[in-house]
Amino acid sequence: MSSADNDFAAEVAPSGPVTVTGTATRGGPVADVRIVRPPYGIRATQAAEMTVTCGAGTPVDELCSELEAHGQTVVLPRSGTVGGALAVGHSDIDRLRYGPVRDALLQARYVGASGDLVTIGGPTVKNVSGFDMCRLFVGSVGTLGFLSEVTLRTRPLPRISRWWRGDGEPHELLAQLYRPAAVLWDGAVTWVRLDGAADDLDAQAARFDLVSVDEPPLIPSAGRSSHPPAELVAATRDLEHQFIAEIGVGVVHHAEPVVDQRPVDDAVVELHRRIKQRFDPDGRLNPGRSPLS
Amino acid sequence: MSRPAHGPLVADLVAALDPDRVHTAAGDLWLYRHDASNLTGRATAVCFPTSTAEVRACVRAAVRHDTPFVARGSGTGLAGGAVPPEGAVVIATSKMTAVRSVDPVNRTAWVEPGVLNLDLTRHVTAQGLHFAPDPSSQQTCSIGGNVANNSGGPHCLADGVTSAHVLAIEVVLPDGTVTELGGEEPEPRGLDLRGAFVGSEGMFGVATAVCVKLTQNPPDVATMLLDFDDVADGAQLVSDIIAAGIVPAAVEMMDQLCVRAVEAYIEANLPVDAAAVLLIEVVGLPAGVAADVAAIRHLAAARRVGAIRVAADDDERALLWKGRKSAFGAIARIKPNYYLHDTVVPRHRLPEVLEEVYRIVERHDLLVLNVFHAGDGNLHPLLVYDARDDGVAERVQAAGEEIVRVSVAAGGVLSGEHGIGREKRELMPLMFSDIDLAAQAALRDAFDPRRLANPDKVLPTAASCGDVQAIPDGAWV
Repeated sequence: MSSADNDFAAEVAPSGPVTVTGTATRGGPVADVRIVRPPYGIRATQAAEMTVTCGAGTPVDELCSELEAHGQTVVLPRSGTVGGALAVGHSDIDRLRYGPVRDALLQARYVGASGDLVTIGGPTVKNVSGFDMCRLFVGSVGTLGFLSEVTLRTRPLPRISRWWRGDGEPHELLAQLYRPAAVLWDGAVTWVRLDGAADDLDAQAARFDLVSVDEPPLIPSAGRSSHPPAELVAATRDLEHQFIAEIGVGVVHHAEPVVDQRPVDDAVVELHRRIKQRFDPDGRLNPGRSPLS
Repeated sequence: MSRPAHGPLVADLVAALDPDRVHTAAGDLWLYRHDASNLTGRATAVCFPTSTAEVRACVRAAVRHDTPFVARGSGTGLAGGAVPPEGAVVIATSKMTAVRSVDPVNRTAWVEPGVLNLDLTRHVTAQGLHFAPDPSSQQTCSIGGNVANNSGGPHCLADGVTSAHVLAIEVVLPDGTVTELGGEEPEPRGLDLRGAFVGSEGMFGVATAVCVKLTQNPPDVATMLLDFDDVADGAQLVSDIIAAGIVPAAVEMMDQLCVRAVEAYIEANLPVDAAAVLLIEVVGLPAGVAADVAAIRHLAAARRVGAIRVAADDDERALLWKGRKSAFGAIARIKPNYYLHDTVVPRHRLPEVLEEVYRIVERHDLLVLNVFHAGDGNLHPLLVYDARDDGVAERVQAAGEEIVRVSVAAGGVLSGEHGIGREKRELMPLMFSDIDLAAQAALRDAFDPRRLANPDKVLPTAASCGDVQAIPDGAWV
């Protein structure tokens, strides 16, 4: 913990509505509410532990540059701040191989609604001491507490990472390729990212008639939807706009805004109400925001 | 004649389930008073539901009678997580063993909680898949238990522990409602309640079905056994490998006493004169595996490695792994009793913490075998003793607590994979302040306001948690 965490806690203070922001790339702060900014800066990079500790206000790009100098990287998508990426919880397009953002947060210190600094999780890559509060906080959009310091799991950079294109059926490629980093599909063409040793990549590509390309496809960003991976083809069949689907994962990136109409079970809504009530009884943290909306 | 106090509760359970599946005889309750720890409790009834509806009926009956309940898988837990709270209803999931569906392309399966870990992997082997978490008890532990404990295993170094392999959970919440947490989709709406549930040690409800992620079997595998004259060299190599950007599928360490016990037991031609051995497995496509093996050889040479044995075929690989996995059987040749610990330290602190463990054990006049997940920094000191020796239980307990304290002081954690259960709940203040613990208690109260779901676990008893309280009799720390 650094004094910046205590300063941040003092800023959040014990009463009155308050909202947190980083670089406002994921929706920004709640309008007309007092704004606070979490601490900035990398505090410890430990390649031998596969961990990094930083202030939640640190830009993801800056964190990744630092990690690259140690031969490491992290699963967060490359925009905005670390705190913002964790608060929203959306994973990057290589989730297929490297897992979701929710698996990356090992330990955090957050400022709760009472203004106290609270520690959750543990500093090591393996830890089952107490309840898994870290996963609860990833995707909680700042409604349970404001992240101040976070320790993330990192992983080594692959030997090489390359994109390929193919005309084959995307699920065929998913079934046959060994642990591709990503299989993307726009309804006609399939893009594949393979990470590893050059000879292995070439052998896989030759076996499945993949053509090397310089770049991944452009990922549309106007809308995002989530589907069981087995239903991806059906979910995109009637779309009239451009899209990119993450095969094997279930995320679809849309060129038009989309409305989330998935129903939420009453019992799940009730659990949300009870958790919010216990973590922020006066509703002062990011008022109006909800992980369900 | 007076009726037993639990009469109406048992009557409700019998009405909800087939009477044959509600056990209340003293002998049956005796069997379910403990798990694989040394801790014991007392159950009122042991129920064997066969469906989600029956689990719900058990929970509702317990709640109606204001009685605690605890779900139980195979009872292999080492921290007392499945030990019944006083008078509890035990909900044993051992008859819920269906694999409901498998999707081999998207690599998911819906399974019931009583499915055994290794049975799930066997079920999908023909499709070239496996379930990645592989606790040493994988032949007998259940998926429901894995979810409750967020279980690990040797091969979780590269792929993560149970939570990383669970997409959705059908649960009976502590108030008796049935719902699904998480989902087959990647971004379910709302908070990650699935993530909160995994590892909650039965305190957030009962899992009745689990959607797991399956992992592709690797096309190529290299299993290496490296021996060292100095434990510290082996421990240092673990950090060197990770720092060099190599994440093996598994990195396991055994020290000399352990290797000798195992060799006497299985005769695998292990290096019995080495101070320690590392068992390292790298998997993937052939060129990547070959490059990793070459890099590890290079790094090992700089740490004064002795011999490096690479398994020539599947039989030799199986033999090396048998050596690792039979350590617990082998120790019976040394002493009749053992106490297995579970802490994690940062990898770079492994050499000094191991030395400290040896010093602690010597001070208490005990014997220790170290056999553990070195790649994760997950220590498993195994104290071996003869319970008939005077005062030995106190010495084992005192040494255990010191090991936990040293691990946490080195920047580590209380448990890497066994959980907190009843064993370590009073040690939680070593890692968490009162404020931190209040947040965890708040989450528990959101799931279980009446505190009937396995209530005497994980969180320390004292309302004010400033001091470490007395450890319960029989606790393994």
